[in-house]
Amino acid sequence: MPPALGIAAVFANAIGPETGGSPNADNTHTLWVIVLIIALIVLVGVEGLLLYTVIRFRARKHRVAAQIHGNTRLEIGWTIAAGVIVIALTVVAFASLPGIQDPQKSGAEVSLAGAQVASIDPPKVPGGRQLDIAVNGQQYVWRYTYPDGTYSYTEMVVPANQTVVLKITGQDVAHSWWIPKLGGKFDAIPGYNNYTWFKASKVGAVYRGQCAELCGRNHANMLADVRVVTPTAFRAWLASKKAQINAANRASAAAAPLLSPLPARPGKP
Amino acid sequence: MSTTTTTAPTTTLKDLPRPQVVAHEVPRRRKAWIDWVTTVDHKKIGIMYMVTAFVFFLVGGIEALLIRIQLGAPDNTFLTPEKYNQLFTMHGTTMIFLFVVPMMAGFGNYFVPLMIGARDMAFPRLNALSYWLFLFGAIVLYVSLFFNPPEAGWTSYTPLSSLAYSPSGGIDAWIFMIHLTGVSSLLGAINFYVTIANMRAPGMGWGRLPLFVWAILTFSVLLILALPTIAAAVTMLLTDRHFGTHFFDPSQGGSPLLWQHLFWFFGHPEVYIMILPGFGIISEVLPVFSRKPIFGYKAIAAATVGIAFLSLLVWAHHMFATPLSTAVLAFFMLSSMIIAIPTGIKIFNWIATLWRGTLEFKTPLYFGVGFLAFFTLGGVSGVILAIFPLDWQLTDTYFVVAHFHYVLVAGAVNAIFAGLYYWFPKMTGRMLSEGLGKLSFWLTFAGFNVTFLVQHSLGLEGMPRRIYEYADTGNLHVLNLISTIGAFILATGVLVTVFNVLRSLKRGAIAGPDPWKANTLEWFTTSPPPPNNFDVVPRVRSVEPMKDIRRAVARATGEAPERAERQVRA
Repeated sequence: MPPALGIAAVFANAIGPETGGSPNADNTHTLWVIVLIIALIVLVGVEGLLLYTVIRFRARKHRVAAQIHGNTRLEIGWTIAAGVIVIALTVVAFASLPGIQDPQKSGAEVSLAGAQVASIDPPKVPGGRQLDIAVNGQQYVWRYTYPDGTYSYTEMVVPANQTVVLKITGQDVAHSWWIPKLGGKFDAIPGYNNYTWFKASKVGAVYRGQCAELCGRNHANMLADVRVVTPTAFRAWLASKKAQINAANRASAAAAPLLSPLPARPGKP
Repeated sequence: MSTTTTTAPTTTLKDLPRPQVVAHEVPRRRKAWIDWVTTVDHKKIGIMYMVTAFVFFLVGGIEALLIRIQLGAPDNTFLTPEKYNQLFTMHGTTMIFLFVVPMMAGFGNYFVPLMIGARDMAFPRLNALSYWLFLFGAIVLYVSLFFNPPEAGWTSYTPLSSLAYSPSGGIDAWIFMIHLTGVSSLLGAINFYVTIANMRAPGMGWGRLPLFVWAILTFSVLLILALPTIAAAVTMLLTDRHFGTHFFDPSQGGSPLLWQHLFWFFGHPEVYIMILPGFGIISEVLPVFSRKPIFGYKAIAAATVGIAFLSLLVWAHHMFATPLSTAVLAFFMLSSMIIAIPTGIKIFNWIATLWRGTLEFKTPLYFGVGFLAFFTLGGVSGVILAIFPLDWQLTDTYFVVAHFHYVLVAGAVNAIFAGLYYWFPKMTGRMLSEGLGKLSFWLTFAGFNVTFLVQHSLGLEGMPRRIYEYADTGNLHVLNLISTIGAFILATGVLVTVFNVLRSLKRGAIAGPDPWKANTLEWFTTSPPPPNNFDVVPRVRSVEPMKDIRRAVARATGEAPERAERQVRA
């Protein structure tokens, strides 16, 4: 890579959250850009004023400091200015919230406004076609349970263009589910269900993430991947996974005199 | 102690009573260390607080450097995951409980009585107890280094900190440290409150209280409100761990989220407990070195109280990624963003204080301006984090690490250094070297920004906090390496100040009582002050009693008042 392009790539990556995997991550990025612009205007304004002040008003001979104690109009002025910025940020945040929080319809690119869902309730996907996957964080691995009881570890496989609703909990200690390109973090806390969603459209893409809440010594090694495949490939993968699990269960049943039998779906879903 | 009684020679010499010396007890000369250990003098206690806290600042700094060495290269094996987790736990705990809070308590101890014209704190023995409890708390935590230090982070989230997942005694040492330093701070806070409420010089109404004292008063009220919650929480954790209760155990109907609520109900006010005294120091330093009165005294005092009130209503912004309803998320987003308004008021008032002044660029002002410049950045990133849809991407990443280091290092540590350079002449009678001070400022300024600015980008690139290793993907390696180099520059800058302090204790220029021509009463007495602080307490007629006194002296001696106000020391 030529150095200029490299620097440009570094710059692009380094000034905004990751994006490109799912509409909620993209909408988060849009909100970020708006907020960052407002923040930079405020920051440059304040820092510029400060810099001007410390250069302009250095002590010199024959200069006398103005003995001013305050100015009520100015106080009111900047209080209102700060208030206006806070209100603007609030409006922007709430305007972009549905695009981040509410699941989109599967397949077609249709977003349904309204019907905001609290994240403690399972989100409803408009049109009803959704894939529910239960995510269970355990020291130090992620376990995914699909609607038919099939499960996998670390790598989640999902069909493209399908809205996936994740029900997230923790098995032992608190973890946090985070695939940056598929949206924000949702903590996996024992005894609680947390919900989020994503819709990945690029077949063949693998999105990487890792646990984002300190969960013990190997917290850094608790990785997660989401692999996007075609719906046909997804069904095939599910079937082969199921066969593997059944084979493993039969093997353990055969060893029953030696081992205590494993249930078909060990652990909490 | 001895007192002499004489009367003015109005009558003949024969009628005069003979001068008599009344000595109740001839103080025996004791060894210096016994003098320090048994002291109840607020100034000595203040110095012990500050020296102890600064030692822990250096220890916490070494821990930070070890962390940065480990992260300087991808897949590094310099530290084991166990040691790494212990180090960041000790670093965070040390810097918060054993450095910033006691350092601010140290400044408060030394300067609150002096600034309000009192001869000591209201309860001198209680004050000594506060210090010793703090020291014992620190020792309890640090002896765990010889066994198993805690490794669940300074937040000790359950269930990770429960006996099942943290069987070693490190968490217990951490709990006892919280208890001991908590009781220390609570007693200290009561002492500050009573002292400020009752022992002000004649004429010093609430509207003439120095802004640093306003800050310490607010700090004390926040400690009194927030500490009982953490005391209860760690007691519940202790009984969960050892006596079979299940407050935080999800398998027995307990709630890990309850811990987070209780912890942050204390933890967020704690942030303001750390920064408000820093605000106070800045409010004292800026007017002195711009030779102007503070701009908007009432607005700054009101903003201090407003921030403290709001800080009790924002705790769940640390928990945006936990299962919470949208209504709760929205409430805590709004309450957190509203704090930006009183904070912004302060920043504007401070800049307005500099505006049209004659800025004397002495080292305290360097650190003061550094505080303004980079605390503002930490404030702006804080507002970004308050927006919960963005927080979902940013929380628990290096973006947050960068944010709170801008607040606590660029904010609190810059304020502490400004205070150190400003008040060192009063505490020791000697000036710190200006050259070394400015060198220290530029090194810490450069080192700090090199260390922490890139950490925003690390977070945006997806690097979570508290991971002991990372794969060599994206720009993680180069950004981490920059950050590690910055940490060593920052450490060098701190060492220059340590050297400056040690050198100036013996070789610094003699300061005199009022080297900066400052505004508040601590400069009315000698440097260092005598054990009783003041022989005479003047009547206070404004926020700047010392300026009034200088003017009165100038009038009496026929000197031009403007000349008397000009700083003479080069």
